[in-house]
Parts: sequence; C-alpha cells; structure tokens
Amino acid sequence: MHLPTLLFILALLCVFSFWIGKRRALIIADGKHCNLHSLPGYYGYYASLWCAIPALVVLVFWTGFESSIITTLVSRELPVALQSLPSDRLNLVINDIQNLVSGNIVSGEIDPAMRAAADHYQHLQQISQAALTVVVLALAVLGLLLAYRQIHQAQRARNWVERVIMFFLISSSSIAVFTTIGIVLSVLFEAIRFFQAVPISDFLLGLKWSPQMAIREDQVGSSGVFGAIPLFAGTMLISFIAMLVAAPIGLMAAIYLSEYASKKMRNITKPLLEILAGIPTVVYGFFAALAVAPFIRDSGEWIGLDVSSESALAAGLVMGVMIIPFVSSLSDDVINAVPQAMRDGSYALGATHSETIRQVIIPAALPGIVGGMLLAVSRAIGETMIVVMAAGLSANLTANPLQAVTTVTVQMVTLLVGDQEFDSPKTLAAFALGLMLFVTTLVLNVIALYVVRKYREQYE
Amino acid sequence: MQFNTQVVSPVTPLMVCTDIELIAAHDNRKTVGKISVTNPRMRCRNVNVFYGDKQAINRVNLDIGRHEVIAMIGPSGCGKSTFLRCLNRMNDTIDSCRVTGEILLDDQDIYDKKLDVVPLRAQVGMVFQKPNPFPKSIYENVAYGPRIHGLVSSKSDLDVVVESSLCRAGLWDEVKDRLDQPGTGLSGGQQQRLCIARTIAVGPEVILMDEPCSALDPIATAKIEGLIDELREEYTIAIVTHSMQQAARVSQRTAYFHLGDLIEVGETNQIFTNPQHKLTEDYITGRFG
Amino acid sequence: MNNGAKIKPGSTMERVNANLAKRYAKERRFRRMGLAAIVISLMFLGLLFGSIISKGYGAFWQTYIQLEIHFEPEDMDLHGNRSLEVLSAVDYGGLVKRTLREMFPKVKKRKEKRKLYGVVSNGAAFQLREMVMNHPDLIGRTVQVWVPADDDVDMLIKGHIDRHKPESERRVKDQQIAWVDELQRVGKIEKRFNTTFFTAGDSREPELAGIHGALMGSIFTLLITLGLSFPMGVAAAIYLEEFAPTNRFTDFIEININNLAAVPSIVFGLLGLAVFINFFGLPRSIPLVGGLVLTLMTLPTIIIASRAALKSVPPSIREAALGIGASRMQTVFHHVLPQALPGMLTGAIIGMAQALGETAPLLMIGMVAFIVDIPANMMDPATALPVQIYLWADSPERAFMERTSAAIMVLLAFLISMNMLAVLLRKKFEKRW
Repeated sequence: MHLPTLLFILALLCVFSFWIGKRRALIIADGKHCNLHSLPGYYGYYASLWCAIPALVVLVFWTGFESSIITTLVSRELPVALQSLPSDRLNLVINDIQNLVSGNIVSGEIDPAMRAAADHYQHLQQISQAALTVVVLALAVLGLLLAYRQIHQAQRARNWVERVIMFFLISSSSIAVFTTIGIVLSVLFEAIRFFQAVPISDFLLGLKWSPQMAIREDQVGSSGVFGAIPLFAGTMLISFIAMLVAAPIGLMAAIYLSEYASKKMRNITKPLLEILAGIPTVVYGFFAALAVAPFIRDSGEWIGLDVSSESALAAGLVMGVMIIPFVSSLSDDVINAVPQAMRDGSYALGATHSETIRQVIIPAALPGIVGGMLLAVSRAIGETMIVVMAAGLSANLTANPLQAVTTVTVQMVTLLVGDQEFDSPKTLAAFALGLMLFVTTLVLNVIALYVVRKYREQYE
Repeated sequence: MQFNTQVVSPVTPLMVCTDIELIAAHDNRKTVGKISVTNPRMRCRNVNVFYGDKQAINRVNLDIGRHEVIAMIGPSGCGKSTFLRCLNRMNDTIDSCRVTGEILLDDQDIYDKKLDVVPLRAQVGMVFQKPNPFPKSIYENVAYGPRIHGLVSSKSDLDVVVESSLCRAGLWDEVKDRLDQPGTGLSGGQQQRLCIARTIAVGPEVILMDEPCSALDPIATAKIEGLIDELREEYTIAIVTHSMQQAARVSQRTAYFHLGDLIEVGETNQIFTNPQHKLTEDYITGRFG
Repeated sequence: MNNGAKIKPGSTMERVNANLAKRYAKERRFRRMGLAAIVISLMFLGLLFGSIISKGYGAFWQTYIQLEIHFEPEDMDLHGNRSLEVLSAVDYGGLVKRTLREMFPKVKKRKEKRKLYGVVSNGAAFQLREMVMNHPDLIGRTVQVWVPADDDVDMLIKGHIDRHKPESERRVKDQQIAWVDELQRVGKIEKRFNTTFFTAGDSREPELAGIHGALMGSIFTLLITLGLSFPMGVAAAIYLEEFAPTNRFTDFIEININNLAAVPSIVFGLLGLAVFINFFGLPRSIPLVGGLVLTLMTLPTIIIASRAALKSVPPSIREAALGIGASRMQTVFHHVLPQALPGMLTGAIIGMAQALGETAPLLMIGMVAFIVDIPANMMDPATALPVQIYLWADSPERAFMERTSAAIMVLLAFLISMNMLAVLLRKKFEKRW
C-alpha cells in the first residue's frame, strides 16, 4: 500500500476512534455528562490518540530506516567479486542498483549480477511495504481496542489528553535544542575526520588554498592544500565592504525614518525597505554578477584601473545593499527604545533636532546599535548566494577590493555541489569550514543578543 | 515684586489685557482672582490646547511675574503640566498637539510662526518629573547646553560654567571628585539636581519645573525646595506640583487648575487660607483630588 | 530671540543667536544625509527591479516560425504500419529539415544546410511527434505548424544581437539573418506568448526551458515546510509563553531559538546533508529533505512571531477563563490561541516567504541537479525556483539570461504577494486592547 493511502486510512481510523470513544463514554454514563470525570469529547480524543500514536511512531521509524536496512541486506547478497571492492566503488555499485530500482539512467553497463540485486532490492521493498501496512493498521486497531476497554466513568481522560498535548508542546520547543546539537555534532564529527587528514594548524594558518586535486590517490602530486587564511581574509574583506555600505546608510535611513520623516513618507518608505529585505539573496547575486560587477569593471577601466570582473567590491557592495534594511530595522527598534524623557531633556535645553540625535540619542542607543551591527556582520559572513555568484573562486590573499577573492561559503558550496564521495578530504574540508563559520557566527550572535538584551532591560 | 490685590483690575497699560478680562468675566467658568501682574515676564492670553479633537486647556489667561515662583496645582489630568509645556513649546514634540491663543515672553509671542524655538528654549528652561540625565558623564551632562549653544570659547571657560552651575544647584560638593562618572549613577535627588544644574548652565531667564520632586524621597525633596527658593533671586520659576504643601512652601503665587480651566489664581497665602472659588476650596480642604 | 532690541550685548542670548546660523546649517546637512540614505536604498531597489524587468520581460514572448509540413507516409517510412510504436520512432527531425530545404531550395552546400537547420529549435521535432501521436489522422495531410525558433534567432528578432558586428563575433551568421529577414517579410515569423516557459521543465535549449518543474519542486518543499514548521512552531511558542517555568532549561531553549534565527542558512544545509542524507539515507535532491531542512531553518522565525502574538493577548482573558474553572490547557486552546492565531499566521507567511527564496541550504542537499522531468510528488528529484535561477544564471546563452530575469520576476511576484497577504492579515486582525 502506498504511503499516502496508508496515512489516509489511519486518519479515518482516528476519526472513527474519536466517535466510538465518545459514544462509549456516553453509554457508560447513561447519557449524562455529570456522571463522567471529563467531557465526553476527551474520551474520544483518548481513543483517537491511542489509535494514532503507536502506529505513527512505528511508521516514522520504519520509513526512516527502511532504505538503509534493505541496502545492507542487498549488499550482503551481492557476488563476492563486488563485495570485495573498495568501499567507494561499492557505494557506486549500490547507487547504481538503487537507480535501477527507481528506473533512472545508470552510469555504467548493467550486468546480470546487478540486475539480480536490483530485483532482490525491489522484492525486499515490496515485502517491507506489505509488512508495514499490516503492522501499522494492526497497531492502530489494537490501540483503539485497548482504549475502548479502558474507558470508565472515573477515568481522568482530560488530564491524560492534556499530558499528551503537553508532551508534544515540550518536544516541539526542544527541537531548537536538538537542531543546535545536530549542527554541532554533524559539523564537528566531519571536521574532526578532516583534521585527521589535514593538521589543524595547516588549516588555520596555511596561506594557500587549492583543494582541487586531492581526489584520487594514484595521481602524482595529488595532495590538495588546505590553508584557510585566504578564505578568512576574503570573507572579511567582503564583509567589511558590505558593512561600510550598510552601516552608515542603514543607520542614517533609520534615523531619518524615525526622527524626521512625515507619517506619510514613513508609510511608503518602510514597506519599500521591507521589500528590499525580502528579496532572495540569489536575486541579489544575479544583480551583482549581471549589473554591478560589469559596471564597476567598466568604470574602473575608464579611469585606468585594472578591475577583476569578479571583484570583491561588487560582491561587497551588493551584500551591503542587502544588509541595509536589516541594519535599519534593528537600529529603528533601538532608537525607538530610547525614552522620550531623554529627548525632552535635550530639547528643553534648546538643542536642535540633529544635536539631540547625535549627542543624546545615538550615545544612549549605542549598545543596541553595536549589537545590531554585530548581527549584521554575522549575516554578512554567512551570506552565500551573493558571493557564490559574484565573487570568484580563486583564493587570493589580498586586501585590494578590486581583485577577486573567495570566501568560506563559496568554497563550501563548490566543495559540496556535485557528486563527491563522502570521505575525501576535499568534501570533509567543507565541514571544517562550516565549523569555523558556525563558531564565528555563534560567538557574534551570542554577544550581540546579550548586548541588545541588556540594552532593552536598561530602558524597560 | 508687586501684586494687585484687587479682584478686578484697574485699567492696565495693555488694552488687550482688559479686554480679555472682560471676556473672562462673561464666561461662566471665569477665573477668580488676579491674573495679571505689572511688568510680567510671561503673559498668556486665551490659551487653548488641543490633543487631536480633545481640548486639554480651555482659554487660560495668566501672567508670570519676574523673580517669582508660581505654583500650579490641581487634580491629576487638570492640564497643569500641559499648560507648563506650552510655555517653552515643549508641546511641539507631540504631533497631535495644537496650541491657540497668545503667549508672550517679554512682549514677544512665542507661538509666532517666525519665532525660533531653539533660542526660546535657551531662555525658558525646563526640569522634568522624572530625572532624565543623559547617558554621559556628570561633567558632560552640564556642559552639553553651553556646548551646543556655543556659549563658551575655551575648555577653561566651560569648566567655570560647569562648576558654577553645579554649585548653584547645590551638587558641587557631592560630585566634584567624580565628574567623569556617568550621571545615571547618581541617586534620584542628585540626578534631579544635576538636571537643574544642566538647565542653569545655559543661563535661562525662566525655569519651568514639572513636578520635580514627585519621584524623590522627602530629604531630596527638601533639598530641591531649598534650591528653588534660592534660584528665585535670579530666575522666574513656574512649578507644577501635586503637593499642596510644596506649593505653599515654595511659591509666592498659586494657580489652581480644574479640568482644563484656570479656576483661581492669587497669592499663595490667600489661596490656601481664603480661597474664593468653591472648587478651590474643595480641593484645598481635601474633598477631592 | 529675534527681537534684537531686547538683547543686551554680550548676553547669553546674543551668543546663542550668533551661533544659530551655523547650527541650522549643520541641522540641514544632517537631515540631507538621512534623506540621501533613504534615496540611495530606494534607488538600489529601483535599479534592481529596473534591470531585472528590462532584461526579463522579453522572455514572456518567444519567436515562432511557421512551417508547412507535409506528413507524407513515404517520407516518414511508415509503409502502412501506424502503430504508436512506429509513429514514435519516425525521424521527425528529418521532416523538419526537409521542410526547411523546401522553403529555401537554393541552399545546397552541407555547411549552409546545417546553418539553415539551426534556425529552428530542436524542439520542433518533438512538437511534430506529439502532434502525430495525438492525431494520427494528420498523416497524409499538409499542415501549417508554428514551431519555436532557435534561441539565437529569438534573440535576433528581439534585437539583442547587433547586426553590425563582424560575422565572426556573432552567434547568428549573415546567411541566417537573410533567411530570417525573408521569413519575416512573408509573415512566417511571429512573436507569441511563451507558454513553454510556464509549462516545461528545465532544458539545455533556452527556447524549450521552463519553470514548471522548479515551481513544483518549490511548492512541494514549501508544503512540507509549512506542514511541519507551523504546528511545531506554534506548539513551541505556546509552551514557552504559557506553560514554561522559568528555569535554566527554558532559558537555554530561548537562547537556542534566538541564536538559530541568526545562524547562516548554509549551515542548515550542512546539517541536512549530514543527518538526513548521510545518516538516514534519504535520497539527494528530493523536496522531502529540502522541506525538512527549511523547516528547521524557519522554525525560529515562526516561534518568535508566534510568541509575540501570544504576548499581545491581554492576561485578563486568561484570568477570565481560569476564573470560571477552565484548565490551563483549555484556557490556552479555547481563548488565547484563537486571539493570537492571525499574528501567528502572519509570522508563518513571512517564514514561508523566507523559505521560498532560500537557495544555499538546497544546494548543500543536492537540489541543484539538471532535472528535466516535472516532479510528481515529494520523493521525486527536483530543484526549486531560486535554485533554477542560480542554475540558469550560470549559463552563457543570452536567452538564458532573459529567462533567469523572467524567473526572478515570477519568484518576486510570489514573494511580494505573500508579504502583502501578511500585511493585509495583520491590518485586518490588528486589535487594540
């Protein structure tokens, strides 16, 4: 049975359970609500939950592990010749088998052993599907029967149902924690495997980055060089240019909107800035590569400068524009949090509007503004699409914004896009870079959030 | 200082004044008592204040004399703070607020379209209900006004201004060793005196005080009240207070506001001992408020 | 004050007035700087929209060429057998070529012939095949068929190719230009609305490429994201706002949520790659994995928005419900949640808009393959709209640049309408307590 059909039948069973549970409760109570501990609906939910939860749990785990279990079973049945292949070749074979099963094009020729394996795979899959259907439906019915028998007058169905809901609420909130743990573990493990191949000092202090040749062992001079300094420098250069654009413009825009602009102008400008914030980064990247970079190159040529067509300046400039609304909305919040009393104090002394802003409001809002800027920096560092499309791939170690540089995120994308085996240092390097990226942004975010929080508490 | 004690004034040099009083007399809620003084510093005629459609101040006429402390009292929401904020156009910062009528500072209409609020506020300073020192050092708090107005040309001049202002605010001895520490680190009473020093440093002629002691403890209040009494010699002070005792202690004249109307105005002694209007009497005897 | 007569020389007021002009000049400068910041930001917005619309609007039209096709059974090697199998194996490309040769009988040399064939898209053959398969009765008849022109011809017609450049620098040769001009003269060339763009999947040929596949991929991905992140986000918000005790654990959860909202999206891609693909063994490039990754990414946004919505419900409502004996759970689900739901929906829409535009994490989990077929469910390999934009942006053909811009226009249209929906929803249900 297909998964959607199975889920549909399960849903029907749940509705049926609700109805039957409610009816059962009413029959027991002789049709009077006051004889029951909880409202009859809760007995319905009780039966329904008993019907759904065990079945769903089994369903999720079954589908989650089905393919890996079947794959193991199939690879154990493979001819010895295939089984003795090195692990990366074996993976390719298994990949081909899976492709055969799903009817896709296969990379190599189909030999009978593989065809047999594919048939075996398909056979196992069918068995698994059938067994899943039987087990899930049996569990659902069993749960329903159990619940039906348990319903009695004094049963605290509402409390039970509420406990289940509470469990769902708590586990939903814990997802955030699990996500963080998941990120840390997945990035950390792969990074450690990378550092076993490449010493951590080479990675952190090396001045040369060229991961391209490290795929096959039999190639001469095949060892890739993984010195990440040029990437860090490139990331910093582009982020710096971006902040150079975004910080003053974003801050001044926020000041103008919250202090000077008429209500009408605010009503028009704010949504427009929100549009700027809502434009996907891939669009910015396209804009940078298509319009801004050629413009900068041409105008550079015009005044006699040698500008790379993938200059750091173009990527940084467009990234800055992307961050403007982010800076401006954070600064806006912070500026509005400065109490009116502070402004009044300044105006009452005869200060002009700009004197009040520059000498009272901004100093008062400074911690919040700094926090916002840190968040913006963290955003610039982690930004991917703009640099992938507009910055280069060549790892130059330079501070010249007119040259091409590459960034951490660009390298992560180039290392991981395309078909790669999972254990070459080249692929693992992406995770090491990811670890660096995560740690850097984590530190920036934690500091920024702490500063902003403290700032808010000060004026609350 | 000279006050007319008559309830109905004789013909004053300013014709407009008399007219207004005649109009006021025809009104059923006319102000009782003597609204005008000779040679006033500020003169308010027919002042109305609206917040959007709501009228907060209704045709108030009042003079503020030179070197006097005038107290404005009344139940909360009576418009006394709103009126005070009209006197240096602090209401400009509220978008929906609209002021009509005439407020003269030394014969100059401060609501004149051509008038600049920046020098006006240098002349008419204000101290607020809650102490609001800037997030700067004590020194910078006081130096802020002279600096923005360009009143001093050198650092040493500025030092002098800061010291004398803090002295006159009675704060110098307490803070002279920690001028570079943040003003927000002082106690409430000290902060309020710092705000007064900040106002004095600009050298204003009138100081408006909006319940300056409501956030302070009794000891700090006593200090501020003593300070107000001293400052009277150099400045004109208008103070809004919710405490009748305070009004009686610090002011020479008292104005009683009720629901946006100026009910009664007169010498403080007279207001508290022999109020003319029923509402004033009810308020003073504690029947409401 | 301006009343000069009143001011004593050397007084405070005189000095204040002396500095006024300078201070106001500063004021104006500062104000102009603020205005300039706004103008610059909006100018960039205008520039971005302007350059994309001006480059992309052309892609909604496509040049078609009219061919007079003779479906002669002999030419098609049919020999009387008309089963579908035979029909599908016919060399329709040859049919197109023969027609072109008949239209320009003077073309004799092989090299020239090849140039001539290049005027019409490769897709013409597929189009004919489909026609014949659907209507076998066409065989033996002569039909006027509009087939898509090659992308270079399309660019020529749209004026993106400079005829005055030397021939060697042009993708369209002199002879081809002459043929096209000839066709144009007899009215056999026409620009029509480009339906292919909305109904086809990806293709190597720009004139055959469309966004339907990418759009379906995006829709499946978003459905999963919405289906998972909205209930979980709301549940988490309810717990944190209504039930959670203040202790270390809830503090920790809160820090985590705020931090996750600021983690770069590409890191979520790494997580998806390591956990869903490597650990759970789910296939690459499928919307299911994309949806799961984007769920984790949008969850913080939705939680934060939902908490704000719950916060804005006044406590009096909770007290009222608790006061008449409702359990806390009933209070929340019967009274608080309905009040907060519009705010939560607004947050969810904004989160979805964010997810729709997200590219980097999808690259990490392999939704970046060249996929021609239109995905039919969430286990089929697919790309997403922003990834399609990224892929096309890399292609060198001028016609793909046009299509990239057009795809961006479609994406932006979706995003702007989603945001507008959110704003409307907020306006409609905004309550002042």
